[in-house]
Amino acid sequence: MRRSEFLCAMAIAVIILILSLPNGAKAKEDVRDEPKNDIPKLFAPRARPTENFPCSKCHSYRAMDRSKRKLVEYHTGIELKHAEEQRWCYDCHDGDKLRLQNGQLVPFDKSYYLCGQCHGTIFRDWKAGVHGKRTGAWNGEKLYRLCVSCHDPHQPKFKPLEPKQPPMKSEDIK
Amino acid sequence: MSKEIRKNPLEVKLPRRSFMKGLALGLAGTAFPLKNADAFDWEPFLQKHFREMSDEEIKGVITRLEKEASLEWKKNISISAAKALPGVKFGYGLDLSRCIGCRRCVYACVEENNQSRTPQVQWITVLRFKKGEKWTDLENSDKDYNPKQVPEKGFFYMPVQCQQCENPPCVKACPTKATWKEPDGIVVVDYNWCIGCRYCMAACPYGARRFNWSKPNIPEKELNPETHYLGNRPRYKGVVEKCTFCIQRTRAGKYPACVEVCPVGARKFGNLLDPKSEIRYIIENKRVFRLKEDINTEPKFYYFFAT
Repeated sequence: MRRSEFLCAMAIAVIILILSLPNGAKAKEDVRDEPKNDIPKLFAPRARPTENFPCSKCHSYRAMDRSKRKLVEYHTGIELKHAEEQRWCYDCHDGDKLRLQNGQLVPFDKSYYLCGQCHGTIFRDWKAGVHGKRTGAWNGEKLYRLCVSCHDPHQPKFKPLEPKQPPMKSEDIK
Repeated sequence: MSKEIRKNPLEVKLPRRSFMKGLALGLAGTAFPLKNADAFDWEPFLQKHFREMSDEEIKGVITRLEKEASLEWKKNISISAAKALPGVKFGYGLDLSRCIGCRRCVYACVEENNQSRTPQVQWITVLRFKKGEKWTDLENSDKDYNPKQVPEKGFFYMPVQCQQCENPPCVKACPTKATWKEPDGIVVVDYNWCIGCRYCMAACPYGARRFNWSKPNIPEKELNPETHYLGNRPRYKGVVEKCTFCIQRTRAGKYPACVEVCPVGARKFGNLLDPKSEIRYIIENKRVFRLKEDINTEPKFYYFFAT
């Protein structure tokens, strides 16, 4: 009788131990699914490219061709100038979503996770409100912008701008 | 001998009594002016210093100024006298690693703050420096650069405007106390108190103050009617003006116009007393410097490198 009680207690202890271990591991995995509070909530309205979206409109009828090549039929306007040596379409695109390095899919309006994989310090600054532009109220609701609102993800470097006219010189005054 | 000198050549005799009578009559004449003298408004001459006025008096002055300005500019102009928010000290950040020198900020400022178009008054000057050269020599920088496109290879750009010093030399120089530092750290000018001596311009180490050599020339439809007494209300001829961190916007919780227009997001603005503000993050985490720090003006304008 005593021996069976002891065994019972041991068994319960072991079960509790086993249950508690994966619980902790599971919580760690969920970090990316549950956005932390430091992700901005308000975004400036952005025009959505509707012509090619959703991707599945065409791609569910086409065979997947992963080879790097010059696109002649569709997406001819896209010229990849963003570490083009290392990547191709399907490294970031998957179905109607974006694909992270670990295979996880994120929607287009959470594209900052995709960019943040490589540009971690910029991602951190952006969350703090330092990288990128913000409008709205300095002490209230700030409107953030997605990375892709300012940078073309396929050619992220800014295009040069024409500067506004220099200040008038004294000889310009009539 | 003395009688020779004091001789009256016209032989006119003016007794003391008639001289006094004439004097009294003359003074009385100036005291009772002509018919149209009713139209003359003594109030601007009797206006007290802005910081010595009660709220009631300020209200009265603002009503008069709004009427005057609306008549003069043929447009309804509202002048606010919003006070500094408690617990706020404004600070500004400018990312030199991002600025491309496109001068969008200069012209957004002109439009927001009703600067004169011709003669041209601009509160922001964008300086261009060659990379790799000794560049702290501000006098040898180029503000007249005009390429087809910016940024140019081998150059970088630094916009300079009022640095809103904590220890402002311009305020010390003013003989009439027409310029002072507000509780939220903005250095302001009272255009009704400024006598236009331009001592403050000579005192400013950043060349941030501008003088109205003539009445500001602003196209009627471009005049911004939302103004502040200490900020962008239409100026008079012969007064000094300067950047006020868009006092009419920032005291209402908005960002300054230059921050909102910057196409590369190089301009940052926030409350230095709020540990969670953008500007505090920049000061704590980035490489920051202030212009001419060595002269002890304690600017609240921080240049930084985000990369």
